[in-house]
Amino acid sequence: MARDATLLFESSEWNFATLSRAYDAIKEIAVGELGLDIYPNQIEVISSEQMLDAYSSIGMPLMYQHWSFGKRFAFESHLYRKGMRGLAYELVINSNPCITYLMEENTMPMQALVTAHAAFGHNHFFKNNYLFRQWTDAGAILGYMDFAKKYIAKCEERYGLAAVEGILDSAHALMDQGVFHYRRPPRLSPAKVTERARERLEYEEQAYSDLWRTLPATAGAADVEEAEQEAMERRKALHLPEENLLYFLEKNSLILEPWQREILRIVRVIAQYFYPQGQTKVMNEGCATFVHYTIINRLFDKGQISEGAMLELLASHANVVFQPSFNDPRFSGLNPYALGFAMMQDIERICMAPTAEDRDWFPDIAGNGDAMRTLIDAWENHRDESFILQYLSPALIRRFRLFHLSDRATDRFCEVASIHDERGYSAVRSALARSYDPGAHRPDIQVVDVDLLGDRRLRLQHWVKNGILLGEGERDATLGHIRRLWGYDLSLTGIDASSGAVLYECSSTDSGVVRSAS
Amino acid sequence: MPNFIDRRLNPKDRSLGNRQRFIRRVHDELKRSISDRVKSDRIADVDTAHGVPVPKRGADEPSFRNASTSGERQHVLPGNESFSAGDRIGKPETGGGQGVGRGPGRGEGEDDFLFVLSRDEVLDLFFEDLELPDMVKLNLKETVTYKPHRVGFTTSGTPSNINVGRTMRNSFGRRIALHRPNSKEHQELAGEIAALEGEENLSQMQRRRLAALREEIEALERKRRRIAYVDPVDVRFNRFERQPLPNANAVMFCLMDVSASMGEREKDLAKRFFVLLHLFLKRRYERIDIVFIRHTDEAREVDEETFFFSKQSGGTIVSTALEEMQRIILDRYPSNLWNIYAAQASDGDNATGDSERCAQLLRDALMKLCQYYAYVEIIDERESEIFGATDNGTALWRAYRAVESRIANFQMTRIARPADIYPVFRKLFARHKAAQPGR
Repeated sequence: MARDATLLFESSEWNFATLSRAYDAIKEIAVGELGLDIYPNQIEVISSEQMLDAYSSIGMPLMYQHWSFGKRFAFESHLYRKGMRGLAYELVINSNPCITYLMEENTMPMQALVTAHAAFGHNHFFKNNYLFRQWTDAGAILGYMDFAKKYIAKCEERYGLAAVEGILDSAHALMDQGVFHYRRPPRLSPAKVTERARERLEYEEQAYSDLWRTLPATAGAADVEEAEQEAMERRKALHLPEENLLYFLEKNSLILEPWQREILRIVRVIAQYFYPQGQTKVMNEGCATFVHYTIINRLFDKGQISEGAMLELLASHANVVFQPSFNDPRFSGLNPYALGFAMMQDIERICMAPTAEDRDWFPDIAGNGDAMRTLIDAWENHRDESFILQYLSPALIRRFRLFHLSDRATDRFCEVASIHDERGYSAVRSALARSYDPGAHRPDIQVVDVDLLGDRRLRLQHWVKNGILLGEGERDATLGHIRRLWGYDLSLTGIDASSGAVLYECSSTDSGVVRSAS
Repeated sequence: MPNFIDRRLNPKDRSLGNRQRFIRRVHDELKRSISDRVKSDRIADVDTAHGVPVPKRGADEPSFRNASTSGERQHVLPGNESFSAGDRIGKPETGGGQGVGRGPGRGEGEDDFLFVLSRDEVLDLFFEDLELPDMVKLNLKETVTYKPHRVGFTTSGTPSNINVGRTMRNSFGRRIALHRPNSKEHQELAGEIAALEGEENLSQMQRRRLAALREEIEALERKRRRIAYVDPVDVRFNRFERQPLPNANAVMFCLMDVSASMGEREKDLAKRFFVLLHLFLKRRYERIDIVFIRHTDEAREVDEETFFFSKQSGGTIVSTALEEMQRIILDRYPSNLWNIYAAQASDGDNATGDSERCAQLLRDALMKLCQYYAYVEIIDERESEIFGATDNGTALWRAYRAVESRIANFQMTRIARPADIYPVFRKLFARHKAAQPGR
């Protein structure tokens, strides 16, 4: 093979010409041969400090300022400097155009690998997976973040750092409870959002009249009836129960100023934007890893990268998909890259060279001869939970030697429920799938009632699943934050989801003290 | 071809705002942490970047999280070697109920990381609300520092100060006024001549025209030679004038006893005190003079390096240091123009009878010149219990007590342990009278 004539790059040093040449060659394979469908790419080269920066602002290129990001930056850079953690080679943002950050320290072969991984693998996944399509608006997110950053900076100017920090602290505490899990979120258009915020403020300023303050407080029997009617209507309008606490507080808290509501909304929108990422970690990384692996192999076959570069890439790839055993000191859970990549390869194998067992388990796809189409279809229509439930094969369970462990906090032992044998495959598979369902692990806390007529006490319920309670210190502190946003007393009741028994009750009151009673 | 953007040259410190917000957030804890660190005897290290354990309090971000100590969980783990269904695996005895193989939790590890403060940040926190007392003599008359300021132009100066714009403007004006032919005219003539010369056979008219043109161009060139493009009269220089800087003159005298009676420990403590003082002055007062005097039975002014690092020993006559200080003041720091401060460290040992002389020197001469005088006595740890804050002590201490009782801006205190240095230092230089509230 006339390798040298067509090599994309010779040395490990990169420059923009080689980056561009490699990109074009990769694109030819990714789009031409694999049939990936991508957003236009924007590739940015950054330094390690900028990578740390991006880490600490949860990967967004634009972010408002808050001390917690400073803390995260300090934490990450500490680990990095101590050599306890390497930095990612890349970072990719689900936006249109799709922004990929490449680290300047990467060698040229690594830049090629990373381009294939992020700019094509992740990019395709972002554009096509149903969760991302449904829950995020890639075209508008950068504009929205720009709006959010400026809006919060303006609020800081206008209302003071401390006031804004307080609201952000409280909003961050409820970020996990600020997501719609079932209802489709409204699309964002930053221009419209800004306009609405401005209108809100303007209306507020116009409608304000000092005269209202001087009206005597109304009291009387007739009024009570009227007020009750009003409260009934209002309660109905509250759409209780509501699991999106941030949304509820934004819309219904009686003490928040318009700008404070807008800040809650910003935090909520960001939480919503990241909602699909948590549910597709295995698939997303599996897809990207499979894509880069396939592409670099193709490049090598076509003689476009040298053997030396290929060795470097394979070593790096092997590191990424390394899965230590549970009893290995390096073990820290299942590696999503390893599991995802193995599953993608396994699907390819089932499509191309199925065994009798595969034909039993996967009659639909076994031996269909079109692995790429099968994979693209899977990437489009699944999240981790359904993907594993659908595609984890017995062969892979055996290869990973997966076993299912049942762990009751009150027992002094864990019990092995099933292993990689004929009886265990289904059980292991569904247990693994369930563990990737965030809905099954996220504390289920809902607003169930507000007595607007009386003490305006906000009643929250925690549906306790499998007896898993909340960490008490954090729970109480978080309740304090809700109280700050709500302005009146509130209570939280823990109810066992299966039996309906009340497990605990606690409340956050005026004095700021949280009393708990189990 | 994608859109490549090189972000590496973007402004650095994008997260500086976040960092400052974080430091403000945990300000009190950081400060306590630094003070603790200093007390635990690494004072000279103050002047470096610092890893400060980030305090949990004030910097935690609570949210609803599942407690690992309750409920029932299912794990699927890789790498089964010998288990079969129904096997039981004992949990580790330590509490916490962590199941086998659960990785470290999300928040774990974040609690106890080191937050590295830069040198400036450390010093800012460290010297917060400290200042030199009674900085009153804000005399502007006898200032010594000057800073060059631009004031207009001059016709003479060094080439490095040439003002090109102004020079060229003059040159241009002069060239117009004297009708210096410009190169365009010259080119036109030359072009015409070349055209004529190029023709084969010239008519009479043309030949005469050519001669006229040659004459003309010669005259033109002569004129161009005579009138220089840039003439010395055009040249202008930027003019600088040395303007005095308003300056609150201050000088700090550091007096240290390095006699034989000062053991390693005492010297070490004294040095630490002065290191701290030195840092503080350097940090907070840009233009302050520091005079280092060390003494045994004779005193000598030394430079910083010698003061802190050189070894010497001998007998002790404290008054020599005071005399040296007095001499330097008279010599270089007239007291009507200078805010004069002094800090003295000693173990209190002194030649017999000399302590009285010291007290007298202070009372009669030095304290009339000084804004503030701090005396730090380094004592034994056991002595500290005996002496406490009483009047007992060495001859020098007793003599100075008499001075202290009479003169308000004389302070004295004792140090027995490294841990005392920082509180004593704060006591001596704490901002007085809450003149500037807040930080």
